[in-house]
Amino acid sequence: MNDPDRPEPSKVQPEAARNTAVLLRLDDGTQMQGRAFGAVKPVRGEVVFNTTMTGYVEALTDPSYRGQILVLTYPLAGNYGVPPPRRPGSLDRPYESDRIQVQALVVQHYVDAYSHHEARRSLHEWLSAEGVPGLTGVDTRSLTRRLREHGTMQGLLYPASMSKDGVRERSGAVDMREEVFRLVAPREPVRYEGGKLTVLLIDAGAKDNIARSLLARGASVLRAPWHAELAGLAAQADGILIGNGPGDPKDLAPLVAQVRSLLESYRKPIFGVCLGNQILALAAGADTYKLPYGHRGVNQPVQDLLTRRCYITSQNHGYAVIDESLPKDWEPWFVNVNDGTNEGIRSRHRPHFSIQFHPEASPGPEDTGFLFDDFMHLVESMAQG
Amino acid sequence: MFGVHLPRKPRRVMVLGSGALQIGQAGEFDYSGSQALKALREEGIATVLVNPNIATIQTSRELADRIYLVAVTPELVERIIVKENVDAILLSFGGQTALNCGLALHDAGMLSKDGVRVLGTPIDAIRDTEDRHLFVERLAEIGVKTARSRACHTPEEARAAIREIGLPVMLRGGYALGGKGSGIVRVEAEIDAALRRVLSGGVTQVLVEECLEGWKEIEYEVVRDARDNCVTVCNMENFDPMGIHTGDSIVVAPSQTLNNAEYQLLRSVAIRTIRHLGIVGECNIQYALDPKSADYRVIEVNARLSRSSALASKATGYPLAYVAAKLALGYALTEIPNGITRRTTAFFEPALDYLVCKFPRWDLGKFHGASTRIGSEMKSVGEVMAIGRTFAEVIQKAVRMLDIGVRGLDPGAFQFDDLRDQLRNATPLRIFAIAQSIRDGIGIDAIHDLTRIDRWFLRAIEPVVEMHGRLARSTLPLSADLLRDVKRLGFSDQAVGKLTGADAEAIRAARKAHGIESRFAQIDTMAGEFPADTNYLYATYHADGFDVAPSRHKKVLILGSGTYRIGSSVEFDWCAVNAAQAASALGYETIMLNYNPETVSTDYDICDRLYFDEISLETVLDLYEYERPDGVVVSMGGQVPNNLAMRLAKAGVRVLGTSAESIDKAEDRAKFSSLLDELKIDQPRWSHVIHAAQADRTVEQLGGFPVLVRPSYVLSGAAMAIAHEPIALRRILARASVVSPEYPVVISKFETHAREVEIDAVADRGKLVLWAISEHIEDAGVHSGDSTLVLPPQTLYIATIRRVRQIAVKLARALHITGPFNVQFLARHNAVKVIECNLRASRSFPFVSKVIGENFAAEATRRMLGVSREIVNRSLDLDYVGVKAPMFSFSRLAGADPMLGVEMLSTGEVGCLGRDLHEALLHGLLATGMRFPRKGVLLSLGPVADKYWFADEARIIANELQLPIYATRGTAEMLGEIGIPCTTVEKSSGTGVSGLDVIEQGRVDFVINVVREYDQFGRPDVYWIRRQAVDLGVPLITDLPLARAIVEALRWRKPSSLEVLALDDYVGSGLETDSRS
Repeated sequence: MNDPDRPEPSKVQPEAARNTAVLLRLDDGTQMQGRAFGAVKPVRGEVVFNTTMTGYVEALTDPSYRGQILVLTYPLAGNYGVPPPRRPGSLDRPYESDRIQVQALVVQHYVDAYSHHEARRSLHEWLSAEGVPGLTGVDTRSLTRRLREHGTMQGLLYPASMSKDGVRERSGAVDMREEVFRLVAPREPVRYEGGKLTVLLIDAGAKDNIARSLLARGASVLRAPWHAELAGLAAQADGILIGNGPGDPKDLAPLVAQVRSLLESYRKPIFGVCLGNQILALAAGADTYKLPYGHRGVNQPVQDLLTRRCYITSQNHGYAVIDESLPKDWEPWFVNVNDGTNEGIRSRHRPHFSIQFHPEASPGPEDTGFLFDDFMHLVESMAQG
Repeated sequence: MFGVHLPRKPRRVMVLGSGALQIGQAGEFDYSGSQALKALREEGIATVLVNPNIATIQTSRELADRIYLVAVTPELVERIIVKENVDAILLSFGGQTALNCGLALHDAGMLSKDGVRVLGTPIDAIRDTEDRHLFVERLAEIGVKTARSRACHTPEEARAAIREIGLPVMLRGGYALGGKGSGIVRVEAEIDAALRRVLSGGVTQVLVEECLEGWKEIEYEVVRDARDNCVTVCNMENFDPMGIHTGDSIVVAPSQTLNNAEYQLLRSVAIRTIRHLGIVGECNIQYALDPKSADYRVIEVNARLSRSSALASKATGYPLAYVAAKLALGYALTEIPNGITRRTTAFFEPALDYLVCKFPRWDLGKFHGASTRIGSEMKSVGEVMAIGRTFAEVIQKAVRMLDIGVRGLDPGAFQFDDLRDQLRNATPLRIFAIAQSIRDGIGIDAIHDLTRIDRWFLRAIEPVVEMHGRLARSTLPLSADLLRDVKRLGFSDQAVGKLTGADAEAIRAARKAHGIESRFAQIDTMAGEFPADTNYLYATYHADGFDVAPSRHKKVLILGSGTYRIGSSVEFDWCAVNAAQAASALGYETIMLNYNPETVSTDYDICDRLYFDEISLETVLDLYEYERPDGVVVSMGGQVPNNLAMRLAKAGVRVLGTSAESIDKAEDRAKFSSLLDELKIDQPRWSHVIHAAQADRTVEQLGGFPVLVRPSYVLSGAAMAIAHEPIALRRILARASVVSPEYPVVISKFETHAREVEIDAVADRGKLVLWAISEHIEDAGVHSGDSTLVLPPQTLYIATIRRVRQIAVKLARALHITGPFNVQFLARHNAVKVIECNLRASRSFPFVSKVIGENFAAEATRRMLGVSREIVNRSLDLDYVGVKAPMFSFSRLAGADPMLGVEMLSTGEVGCLGRDLHEALLHGLLATGMRFPRKGVLLSLGPVADKYWFADEARIIANELQLPIYATRGTAEMLGEIGIPCTTVEKSSGTGVSGLDVIEQGRVDFVINVVREYDQFGRPDVYWIRRQAVDLGVPLITDLPLARAIVEALRWRKPSSLEVLALDDYVGSGLETDSRS
């Protein structure tokens, strides 16, 4: 919008779609009505809230949200528009994957009149292009309070003009037990050329910024779907990073099994992030559980239990590791300062460790980016030694 | 556990305050200092506070152990350090004044000599942030970009730097408060004048900087503990881009136009910078961000609490000042509990689920000759903060809160002759010019090109303007959908009524019939993620439900003072806070309504429930209907709540204390006048004028010029003026009608050479129970807020005092007063006339309360709640004298004539004590930043009588103070006649040596200029000499009695050897031992 040569976005088409009345019904019977933006169609999914005040482009493309209806607590969304689409096959920022991952987006007040030098389209136009519905004009604070009090719930979002009967059957939803993990992972391993050290990125919905963070530190990245034959790929790599992803880690039993055997055989560094933390814990023999409403925001405080240092982190997870279930050769590494839940674990004897938060940020604070530095230093020193 | 990073717990900590409120340094430092004192007290550490601002909450026994109401200067502070055996000091809670004083103490080696530790951010880090050269160097070490800048000490160096950087450049004074003297230089011809201006008033360093005009201006508030944990509490974005001082900018939090990458880039740079500098506690970092790329510059780091940190604290609910004080004591952020959730810690970053808009309040119209442009130099005197969920909602709330007579972004609220000029050259009214431009179809791109304001903000105003048209076209009754939309865009019922031709009550009834009501939402710092036990609320039409339920306790609603402005500032915050505390002590739940982010009344721990919202009939009624309090206190927040009394009562609200009818009787000139006649109380002759044509005849009837012109319902002399001749009268009348069209104008006979006397009092069911009489040093004609107040009176006749008290007794009885009131009198010989009477707490309440040791605000509150006790009034019988002296900010208002008159111009005040008037007066003047003459005095006295009245003092200056006198021609002739040697100077430059020259050459360091002559524009004589004095930081006295009092004081006391005693050394001693409240 700051480019005077560029015509202002067309207003006609957005207005038409945006006048449609849309309903959001929660499992507990709560119903909220607002107006549509983006695509107009019925969808279902787990309703989760995120408290970040910027970063909707990053959040919407975060595969960890696959299958979920995302509620933003900050009341304004769309302010800085959306940059041009990513070049095919690239890892261009600010996108965290090739598509919008959420089922739907719910905001208090959608802002169509965006303004930013990088923006080329409105949030509405982007959602429309990707067939993702948006709902605006609902009190997302009261919705959030409800989710906090009742725990995360399933929601059904649909145009008010549709009859209630049958809308559930016609609404799109993602099966969160199996389908979701196939949807978010690449079909085949992909290799991004960087430096001479190679990190195997196990992808069950990993954000692109994990790959970018490794590339930026001089690694080549071998990005493989979680269902690939990991042992063979691991043999070519100097370190392994198990990335983030959606869903319940226990539904990824095959991956847990593969990682368990890697923990025994692989002597080089293994680093887990978010879902990777849970996978590593399960593989090590520990247990996980579902948090009442998860951690989704960019202001989550964690403390390093060794150094006592604290960091503000970006988070997006609904499950957590049970500290007490850790086997004796593992220990908690980070803890959430707010609620005392586990934020990371480490092996007492081996270079295997993981964290529940997102050092790659995007969106969110970059304070823990040093963990990638530490990981890569370790990868490098072990590759030499 | 004590903070692990401070090896030794301090025993006795000094806190430096910021002194009188002035432009660039206002109530925010009462907030920060109060929080620091609380944090220290919690630790059992004794506190010694130095702050002459007697109207602050921090200068209360409840907060500090020892309070010194003296100037925050290195000399006095050093003496107090020694005397109080202080072992540590906090420098970052009293603004630039405290920081500069601390640096000076350190540089002089006084802190190390006395073994005083600086808590929190170390001196070296402070120095790195304050010295531009060091600052740029330190940031360059870690690759952080700063604006290209050269620090220069001479005009020649500066010129070379300007050539190197290239025009346009920004010029700023080093170590200068609020961007004083700064400005953008665009063309060669402006350079010399700009350099002169910036290098005035003792500023020795000028910074020549790359001009970043039009870049986005972004701030972050950062806290860091001694363990190197670091968080950013809040970021803020200025609506007005670079080029307008952030204090004069409309600011929103959080940022609105930054994407994640930009937000995090600036956040990371902030943390990197603050770690590198080694800040411990709180600081503020300001950026310029290129709107066309991710390029940025760090503009400055304030290694202290600031106006922005107070704003951030109120915007987020994060108690920045309290936390900063704990961090200074060595605590880690994770060791400080989060008072709002009670289950998390201070180590977190608030997530907002609303936005706030800060809007500055200016009073430029009061200053004759002042430019109305705003720019890189701060000129505003107060601010408001609006909370809501869309920009339209908050901007409309904010402009209403300014109390400038608008209902929102009203169409045609102001007339602009040249819209494009208004857009290009910002004034306080630019937001209205923008709305007008949108309405006129100038186009967002064109508005952006002229203002450089981001299109996002401009586009966010569009729906408001569109709604104006929709409302104007709509027919009554309005549909539920339209009413909902309009309320969500932040329109008041009044605004909707005005646009649709209905009255506000009808709109209110209509929307309530549709269930369209504001909801009260919590500010919980966590965006609802955790259950919050917070009492901090705001109203919005975007919420579905109420976050908290009203309690069933007995409770009172206290209305605060709203924005600080000339005539109403921290003193009313003191009153509101003390009212809340008094009510709380009586077992009432207290609810505060206020919207000023620089106040203590809006602190999270002052009341049981804080509503941060408008103080308007609509909002108070909404709140009243929801909370159902037992009553509303309207008499503690100054004129804003006082003006609501009648309408609230009519709407069925229980107004506590004096009835609304009585308040109206005192405010309405005609009703009050007939009451005075009834009571046989004398008053200056007056008459109503509705048409300007009647004016001349009215003046004749009153006995001729000079006359005083004022509207009914007057605050701080708004539109009040003295007319000496007919043309001035007509000009004043024209101005008055703009200010308050609903009320006619009053013209009264102006009495020259009369003394002015005030009584501050509390009455109970018509009976006077507590009172204090003060006299003004200045003659009547100087607004009481600009006068030097003396308590107890030192020169009044006993008969006058008796008469004043008797009148107060009569008025209390006649108006059946319960609660606070204040009466102002003219006294001439033994005749006493009433000028005005306010049935509310007055500006001088904190002053008289602290000087006497009886809390007037608390007593008034108790009486309003029906609780009484025995009081012995001893205010005339004190062993010491209190002086309240005004603080002016003329130096920040280029061109403004520093001549005092009936319109109040001071921005703040101090209150100091002494064994006698001389000592108290000198302390008071020192505390307003005055320096006493050492080199020479320039005299320019007006009428012949004045010249002779000053003869004795002139002789004292020459003979006893042994200072050379320079005098303008007429004055010099008089001095010559009576044999006082002096040098004659011209009034204006041209022929011979002028007054301007001797000031500029430094031959004169004190100017006494008393004028009674006016040119044909009604402008007082010798303007240029006064302005020269102000621009060069030379003390200027424009009132003859004050000048005489100063000379007399200097004759008997040396400023360097004044006694320095704590408040308790006076008030707690001798006669006053049992009078604490």
